[in-house]
Amino acid sequence: MTSSAERLAEIRGGVPPRRHNARTIAALTGNPGCTRRAVLDSAGVDKPKLAERIGFPARFGQSRFAITRGNAFEAQVKADGGIELLRLVAERLGVPVPARASWTDLGGDDLPDRHERSRAALTGGGDEAALFDHPLLGLEVAGRRVHLEPDLVAARLGGRFHVVEIKSFPVIDGQADPAKVSAAAVQSAVYVLALRELLAAAGRDSELVSHDVVLVCPRDFANQPVASLVDVRKQLLVLRRQLDRMARIDALLDEVPAEFTADLTAEPGTLAAALRTVEARYAPECLAACELAYFCRDEARGHTTTLGRPVREALGGIADVADVLALAIGERAPGPEQAEAAPLLRAAADLRAAILAGDPA
Amino acid sequence: MSTLRALAKAQAVAAGVAQPVATVRHLHVSDRPLVLVPLAMAGEANAPLAALVGAAPDEARLLIVPQPRNRQQRFAFAAELAGIVLPYLDSCRGVSEAVPTDRGRDVRYRHVDAPQLLVPNPAGTTFLRLLGRSTRFRRPDGDHPVHPSVPLLGRWLTFFAERAEHPGSSALLAMTEALTLHWATGQSAVEDLHLPALLGWIDPPPGLTGGQAAARAEDPAVCPPAGPATDPDFDNRRLAPAVAAYAEAGDDPVGRAAAYAELERPLRDQLAPTWELMWRGVGLLRALPPGARVAGRWDLDKDAFTGYAEHVDAGGGPQPRRDGAVAAAVRLHRLERALTSYAVQRAYDDPLVMAEHRLTGEAFVGDVTLADPKRVDDTGKRPVLRPRIQVVTTEPVPMPVGAALWSPARPAQKARVVFVTPGADGKIEVVLELSGGMGRGLTAPPGTVPEVGERLCFTTLSDAFLPAGNFPAPEETPWTHGGPPAAAPLPDEPATGIPAGATTGGDDGDPAEDWA
Repeated sequence: MTSSAERLAEIRGGVPPRRHNARTIAALTGNPGCTRRAVLDSAGVDKPKLAERIGFPARFGQSRFAITRGNAFEAQVKADGGIELLRLVAERLGVPVPARASWTDLGGDDLPDRHERSRAALTGGGDEAALFDHPLLGLEVAGRRVHLEPDLVAARLGGRFHVVEIKSFPVIDGQADPAKVSAAAVQSAVYVLALRELLAAAGRDSELVSHDVVLVCPRDFANQPVASLVDVRKQLLVLRRQLDRMARIDALLDEVPAEFTADLTAEPGTLAAALRTVEARYAPECLAACELAYFCRDEARGHTTTLGRPVREALGGIADVADVLALAIGERAPGPEQAEAAPLLRAAADLRAAILAGDPA
Repeated sequence: MSTLRALAKAQAVAAGVAQPVATVRHLHVSDRPLVLVPLAMAGEANAPLAALVGAAPDEARLLIVPQPRNRQQRFAFAAELAGIVLPYLDSCRGVSEAVPTDRGRDVRYRHVDAPQLLVPNPAGTTFLRLLGRSTRFRRPDGDHPVHPSVPLLGRWLTFFAERAEHPGSSALLAMTEALTLHWATGQSAVEDLHLPALLGWIDPPPGLTGGQAAARAEDPAVCPPAGPATDPDFDNRRLAPAVAAYAEAGDDPVGRAAAYAELERPLRDQLAPTWELMWRGVGLLRALPPGARVAGRWDLDKDAFTGYAEHVDAGGGPQPRRDGAVAAAVRLHRLERALTSYAVQRAYDDPLVMAEHRLTGEAFVGDVTLADPKRVDDTGKRPVLRPRIQVVTTEPVPMPVGAALWSPARPAQKARVVFVTPGADGKIEVVLELSGGMGRGLTAPPGTVPEVGERLCFTTLSDAFLPAGNFPAPEETPWTHGGPPAAAPLPDEPATGIPAGATTGGDDGDPAEDWA
């Protein structure tokens, strides 16, 4: 065990690291500049429990109706050995629909066995059309091997692999909710990356895995599936960058105080105080992505970041609300980096005050 | 985000309560707006779950879908909703007014009132748009007949959703957007989408700051979300058992009625707080004095309403799934013109909005120090009245000599910059030459030329009429845009259900598509 790994285990408080899945890895790509998040995620800390323990529970519940519907749609699409799925994917990719294709379910409970079967099946060569369900993939996250158990199908068509994700959000008249599509794209990028590494490790060309992933969603308001292609090259770049950054966790840990802990058995006050010693970079977007966001938002109170990036930029990038207001009323002389923003803020404050006081013009 | 608005947000943080960013109301609020608070079923494609609808605070009607996955019940919900919305639309069609057209040579008639729909947030607007999309192609006959009011509701909801994209329209408003147009909170735009938190900032309960009220409003157990998405905890703990109990009740009428009531109760509990907030929002908006140009924009909504009502009366087909190339270009052009005009009108109506333009050098305010109202320019073929005024301002004047400016006080009058002279005391003297808005003679009627001592705003923003662009007919669509539609549909043939102008193929209105 490396010293970093020991240190991360210490931070976690000796419990086993929380398992990553594509969603948690995808979440890592949001706000890559946040050290607090990088350290906690690298250590595999149970962030939802941590947030709850320090009194800022996250709200990431899932409705059972949504889960039921998602499962039903997936079962429907995968029915009959994937014949329908194969046709959809082939037509979308513009390749002839194969007369037959093999369907390999790589699911199971025995992880090492699954991993071996997945490796063998996916790298075993052959060019004929094939569908692989529930492959077990792996990815290096912060120096640790993480297993991914995607609910996905890897389709081999025309000699190339395509990641196929089945999602239950609708595509209506050719359009889907952009937020959901982009979340799905990042998740798919995780699988593409893992699949590529698997092939590369077996000495095969990683480019055999296409950067075009296939999203299968219900069409319009019905349950009929429709396939769409999503290019995830950009997501792959972001993902690689963040994984590289986490691989250099040693450098990040150097900035973390020696007594830092995220051990869930510690007192909430101790935990909160420890968290404050590691720098966070809160933005309102965190609320939708990170379990710790409510804590960080509370900590960032009085800072312009809590108002969102456009507001902060319009205020000349000044970090503190109190500073903004002091400059605006001329109470404080601007520093060199505020020289440009200060006159604008003063003019704005004067205008607002005059007009709200009833100046007719 | 303008610096002025950003500063208002910073001030809201410090003050603990939202700060005004408008001195007048920039939208129309109807005397009887139809408030609609919808809830959608999680995981489904815009399946309605429940809605609270009504045109007055004490007229809330609860509609629910006991089995949201049952499509027949969804369309029954749509028919019920149509039973409220369509009579509401009819109530706006009683009286017409004559509007002169063609420079007074002719008149046309439009309804003196128009309907106004209010939903809590932009997601509510999307919900109505998709509900319109899922119902407007349905048919009262064929394999999967629906009540005849359902496709009609679909067309009207689509009409409202399209109006909602039109800048300056008040036909369908999201309450969060209507409020943030007038107040800046101490939270981010993402958090402003949550109506309870937004109102917490604007109108906090006694003893709480805006921030505290907003934080409290974030707990779904205290304050249910304003929809259409439901709280997952509510789904799992309260809704799921109630839906299951209703399903188990089967055909037993007594058990069914009891289960229905058990389903209504939690849904009403989720919707009622938002209903209250919606009317509080209406009250806050009504308390603001309307801007001078709001009525003019509402006239456009009345025109659009009258026009679409006539289209429906004449048996016109539903809106196509997608616009053809020409229709899309025309629509985009119309939206761009509306956006420009709306931004200018708001600035003209509201000094606080104009202040944003003063900060960016598009406007300045100054005092008239000299005026020559009788000046005549006789260098051309015939003499013309061209008064000059001198305005002294303390604000920067980046406009070049020759630039055309306008003043909201006299929007029909153009002021051309003749000289810009910086004075010693930091003030700037601007000489302007005026044309227009002074009648046809060589003497300006009193009041048409600014007088010495008047304080005026001059801006590069013009509220002048923007000419419409020229677009080819659909059958002359250039090849760069896909060429003419393959099979031009017959104009307005309601019997087939194929919409006029549809170019996306013949599968529009396939009643089976949603029943597969």
